[in-house]
Amino acid sequence: MMMDLNVIWFVLVGVLLTGYAILDGFDLGVGTLHLFVRKDEHRRLLLNSIGPVWDGNEVWLVTGGGALFAAFPEAYATVFSGFYLAFMLLLCSLIFRAVAIEFRSKEPWGWWRKMWDIAFCLGSVLSSFLIGVAMGNIVRGVPLGPDYEFAGTFLGLLNPYSLFLGVTTVVLFAMHGAIYLVMKNDGELQMIVRGWVPRLIGIFITCYVIFNMVTLVYVDRMVQVARERPWILAVMLLDILIVMNIPREIHKGRTFNAFLSSCAGMALLMATFGLSQFPYMVFSEPNPENSLTIYNAASSPKTLGIMLIIAGIGVPIVLAYTACIYWIFRGKTRLTSHSY
Amino acid sequence: MKAVTMDAEILARIQFAFTVAFHYIYPPLSIGLGVILVIMEGLWLKTGNVLYHNMARFWTRIFALTFAIGVASGIVMEFEFGTNWATYSRFVGDIFGSALAAEGIFAFFLESGFLAVLLFGWNKVGPRLHFFSTCMVAAGAHFSAVWIVVANSWMQTPAGYHLETVVDGKPVVLPPGHVVTEADLGTVRAVVDDFWAMVLNPSTVDRLTHVILGAWMAGAFLVVSISAFYLLRRRHYDFAKASLKVGLGLGMFATVLQMISGDLSAKGVVKNQPVKLAAMEGLYETEARAPLTLIGWPDSKAEKTHGIKVPGLLSFLAWTDPEKPVQGLRQLPSDEFLRKRYPEASAEQLTEIRKSYWPNVPATFQFFHIMITVGVLMLLLVIAAGIFWIRGTLFRPDLPATRVLLWVLVFSVLGPQIANQAGWFAAEIGRQPWIVYDLLKTGDALSKVVTANQILASLIMFTFVYLLLFAVFIFLLTRKIQHGPDHGEESDQLPESWKDVVRHAREARA
Repeated sequence: MMMDLNVIWFVLVGVLLTGYAILDGFDLGVGTLHLFVRKDEHRRLLLNSIGPVWDGNEVWLVTGGGALFAAFPEAYATVFSGFYLAFMLLLCSLIFRAVAIEFRSKEPWGWWRKMWDIAFCLGSVLSSFLIGVAMGNIVRGVPLGPDYEFAGTFLGLLNPYSLFLGVTTVVLFAMHGAIYLVMKNDGELQMIVRGWVPRLIGIFITCYVIFNMVTLVYVDRMVQVARERPWILAVMLLDILIVMNIPREIHKGRTFNAFLSSCAGMALLMATFGLSQFPYMVFSEPNPENSLTIYNAASSPKTLGIMLIIAGIGVPIVLAYTACIYWIFRGKTRLTSHSY
Repeated sequence: MKAVTMDAEILARIQFAFTVAFHYIYPPLSIGLGVILVIMEGLWLKTGNVLYHNMARFWTRIFALTFAIGVASGIVMEFEFGTNWATYSRFVGDIFGSALAAEGIFAFFLESGFLAVLLFGWNKVGPRLHFFSTCMVAAGAHFSAVWIVVANSWMQTPAGYHLETVVDGKPVVLPPGHVVTEADLGTVRAVVDDFWAMVLNPSTVDRLTHVILGAWMAGAFLVVSISAFYLLRRRHYDFAKASLKVGLGLGMFATVLQMISGDLSAKGVVKNQPVKLAAMEGLYETEARAPLTLIGWPDSKAEKTHGIKVPGLLSFLAWTDPEKPVQGLRQLPSDEFLRKRYPEASAEQLTEIRKSYWPNVPATFQFFHIMITVGVLMLLLVIAAGIFWIRGTLFRPDLPATRVLLWVLVFSVLGPQIANQAGWFAAEIGRQPWIVYDLLKTGDALSKVVTANQILASLIMFTFVYLLLFAVFIFLLTRKIQHGPDHGEESDQLPESWKDVVRHAREARA
């Protein structure tokens, strides 16, 4: 396989979206679990565990979207206009998630906090769910016309297969968020969340296995892919092993390792998705000849080259200071006068 | 069919205008307050005066509030190009997309990453690293303005590109001056030739300066307004006085420069977008000694503008020559431009066709004039405040004249907001019917698969959500103002590493 600019950008967009899934994944997971802790102090600890970083994490989505627009404008245009209502709901959910974090602890009143608690939780659950549904449709393939425009309907996007991946994604993020919380907290709250982790892992693995079996039964294209690239199955197996390693790490008190395992698990999931998707950006089902690939959806080689220079300058700097910022905010979450 | 697409076009435009106008309340505040925070924290590091430390902390809390809503409403903008303007996205993705991606990589990460240290790092890092973080947040906010204004300016004055189509899967370059027709949509696209010519297109520098100064004014006058309010209420006197000095200082600086920048921007519009300029000034007839209408109303039926006019002033402002003619709408766009698109049309038909290339003249005119009027009022206000300041009566709320001025300053926060919004409305309505100037029409840029009903549904949703957010924002802002700065943050309660700054300053003074 030649490493041309299109392939590089397929990988780079993938890396940005994987960064988003790993980083905002735990924010959304924390939001999903938010209503399950009862005490106000615990809820504040949840918020402040992600407090300094959620905003930067969300930027991975914005930049991933921007990179998709710049590198594969046809795919950006087709997916965003085709999944119109779903994306509008996603935007609405992300807005409520964001402002709820900011607003909740500004006032002490019970009703005020409860209102934003609900907004935070619902916003997070719905965001995770819709991201999963969108992924499900991309895996399954959506109907495209000869002009590469989406030719399906909104209700068509809400097929059981994609809805199930939506649910799986909610569970996945909740699991990832719970592991993050175990790492960032101690005392009573850590005990509570620790109890949830094995159950969440169990539910996730069950969902994941079912999802993959259903995929191999119903999505003909993926059967083909599995035949051509059997090593993808090895990636999936490795993924499951890594996720199953998490309870062992937690049991030994190595919460940071547990979190790293969870991140690696997410990265492998996205890798599985990317490797089985390649070279398609949007697969057309039916009429595969209308599919958008990394070639017919791409910008000109010149733009891809310019963008590569921009990414080459920008990404290392971003990674360096992001790492510094995570380092500054390492350690257990404590509530102070600046906290949410 | 035509009626349906019209509905979708109008709704999509309303939706974009509404979501971007709401969004644009916040980024200018973040940009302006960012500069204010850098000044305040810099002053603290330099003088060790704890007052500046208290100020930096208080204004950081206000900053955090505006930033959160700015981020939340900003993602909508990035998605909307794809959701509502898919044909546009396909047409310009090669160019416009790279500016957006650069904004993400160079601006948003910087801003949001270091924001964590700015907001939550008071006890985690030393004072110098904290100051550095504040600078980075402010820099990120400015970079974001750079890239988004580059993208928008390219839509106003496209440069550094060629048009391209696909024949048998291979790209074919179209000759310069190719007229994009309906049949081209979905296949023809703009492709970058020269990245720097695209970035530094003819209007980028003027418009960027104008936008950034407008943002500094927005941030500065928010500080001015709240400080003046405290002075009037005789609350937090020292804090309010010092904040007012910083805010008013930046506000004066930006307001004066904004007059020059406004003049340069308008001269750019004369050159690059004559139709827009004629609409902004309500100028129908090409005339030497073209008049400037100070206050008036264009009558689009009679094609005449009524009002108070200063003869020759428009010619003078446009060309620094009161005798030189300024082109009016009846001659714009040129016959040559129209002939290229309608080779068969008779002279009478061209007169009618020409009007379809005009923006809504009364709206463009009025928004532009609101911006100018508010700008001039702001200039008069900063001059008045400057006189009070020099005479030493600005910080004397016991004097009746000062009280009047302070009350005006309390409401001055609205000035830059109104002018910023009106300016953008004039700029964006004034370039219609084009989405990419002289290249792609707004009506051709919509998403083909999105129906009017879908847009309406999402518009209703955003209206509810944004009204709620705005109400909560105003409520929390008022509460924060009522609460005022914390007095618990005195020097003996600072973290150990921060106390050095105060100690050094004391030693230096002794």
